[in-house]
Amino acid sequence: MARAISPRRKLITTAAAWTIALIIFFPIFWTILTSFKTEAQAINDPPLFFNFDWTLENYSVVQERSDYMRFLWNSVIIAGGSTLLGILIAVPAAWSMAFVPSRRTKDILLWMLSTKMLPAVGVLYPISLLFVEFNLLDTRIGLVVVLMLINLPIIVWMLYTYFREIPGEILEAARMDGATLKEEILYVLTPMAIPGIASTVLLNFILAWNEAFWTLNLTAANAAPLTAFIASYSSPEGLFFAKLSAASTMAIAPILILGWFSQKQLVRGLTFGAVK
Amino acid sequence: MGQIQLKQVTKSFGDVQVIPPLDLTIQDGEFTVFVGPSGCGKSTLLRLIAGLEDITTGTIEIDGKDATDVVPAKRGLAMVFQSYALYPHMSVRKNIAFPLRMAKMDQAEIDKRVEAAASVLNLTDYLDRRPGQLSGGQRQRVAIGRAIVREPAAFLFDEPLSNLDAALRVGMRLEISELHERLKTTMIYVTHDQVEAMTMADKIVVLQAGVIEQVGSPLELYRTPRNLFVAGFIGSPKMNFIEGEEAAKHNTTTIGIRPEHIDVVEANGQWQGTVGVAEHLGSDTFFHIHNTGLAETLTVRAIGDVSLRHGDTIHLNPRIEEIHRFDAAGLRIA
Repeated sequence: MARAISPRRKLITTAAAWTIALIIFFPIFWTILTSFKTEAQAINDPPLFFNFDWTLENYSVVQERSDYMRFLWNSVIIAGGSTLLGILIAVPAAWSMAFVPSRRTKDILLWMLSTKMLPAVGVLYPISLLFVEFNLLDTRIGLVVVLMLINLPIIVWMLYTYFREIPGEILEAARMDGATLKEEILYVLTPMAIPGIASTVLLNFILAWNEAFWTLNLTAANAAPLTAFIASYSSPEGLFFAKLSAASTMAIAPILILGWFSQKQLVRGLTFGAVK
Repeated sequence: MGQIQLKQVTKSFGDVQVIPPLDLTIQDGEFTVFVGPSGCGKSTLLRLIAGLEDITTGTIEIDGKDATDVVPAKRGLAMVFQSYALYPHMSVRKNIAFPLRMAKMDQAEIDKRVEAAASVLNLTDYLDRRPGQLSGGQRQRVAIGRAIVREPAAFLFDEPLSNLDAALRVGMRLEISELHERLKTTMIYVTHDQVEAMTMADKIVVLQAGVIEQVGSPLELYRTPRNLFVAGFIGSPKMNFIEGEEAAKHNTTTIGIRPEHIDVVEANGQWQGTVGVAEHLGSDTFFHIHNTGLAETLTVRAIGDVSLRHGDTIHLNPRIEEIHRFDAAGLRIA
């Protein structure tokens, strides 16, 4: 039976939820707002909310000074490439862990996750040396590989959790019905796993898109994605808050739009397994 | 055709042997039921026949051909699972057609067979629905439909009715029996419910801890159980076991008598006791009787409604010719 919720309680929880959501969203909102101000208005005290002269100047300056499209394209390649490569490796891995687990499967999963507990800077040196050795510095392929490795544990974990929800008997039924392994994966498993694969792809695309440590440390110009584009405006000298905000807005806009249209998938992806 | 032969089959999971060496032949067209308490290995045995589990040693032959290393898809057997295991993303039509599609049958023939199966199983109106939109009984029918379309050598049923409510279970039991009458295909049916076993089987295989306790027709098992386990497992309510003095009168350690073989008399019965619980079903009355000096509780079935209540004294006469005798090892004495 559903719990009875009093109108007062409902009002309070609704207000609380909105407050928290607004607090979380405020920095993004402020960044976008600042991007339409002049540099002087951006640092005005007290802060200006809507009573300033709206201007698009920052955007045109930013676009003139640096080639937005080139950074955008690098971001797409790096985030997309690392996610795709990760999925290709993680799907078979998660499949075997979910459907033919061995005694060590749990240990392997934990061990993979433990790599995420290491601070990234701890392996900066070895990875940099490897990049120098293999001429990968400032290349997109190098970043694709590194970001894929960084996110692989999460991809495997997410897919594993998802596959675990698919009852093994359905796969056995397919086997009894005469399906080969290929047909079983193609016609039975994949269609059932598509929502899980989709949310995993989305989340990892966003993670890779926003990743700033490796992208800043391992690129200079050629392979620099939008994170580097933003960073180039956080100069220690001069007043560049408005331009920095414009650059940030341009960098997060694509992912914000993607996230907006796929929020249903994402929420499902982040909370599945929570109810069972 | 569908003769299945198990020769010295064993199964171990790690160090634990769940099926010790076992021999069993299932004849073509026979309705065989594997019955036993949970954990007795009956489902494992079925999965070994299906090929979903590999046997550890021994051989499995289907129609005289060695199928031990044949993958499930190539054994020509169809299986109905306890959870139905329907493909949730496919319509009923596609679910039933799936094995035919895998067999690369041409579309016209697939349509024809699916329509035929659907009409037999009263599913014609539901062909375009998804499994999620069906009731439990309908899902069970779809699972059966998916099994019958490809005309397998044998059907394997793994506790197919245990997720259904009692009324539906009786109905589906009849439908499966009728299906067997019509198709005459070998069926192997796993259940823990001895009523299902008794009502459906041509042959019952009683299992305990991976060991076959007895194989026989339902009435053979009822009339001449080979040991105490089978005697206690087959028949409802359970057979009464009496030890001690009363058994000694029959020159043995244990005697067994079924509740339906003890008559309730007005007075001067050979045995007497106090009524504990009386279950009045209308057609029968089951008495659970205490203080008989024979066993802790004695169960007796009386025909019709006998108006004895809790605490009343009851007089009983056992039918001597229906008493089963068992030796100290629990084996039947002829």
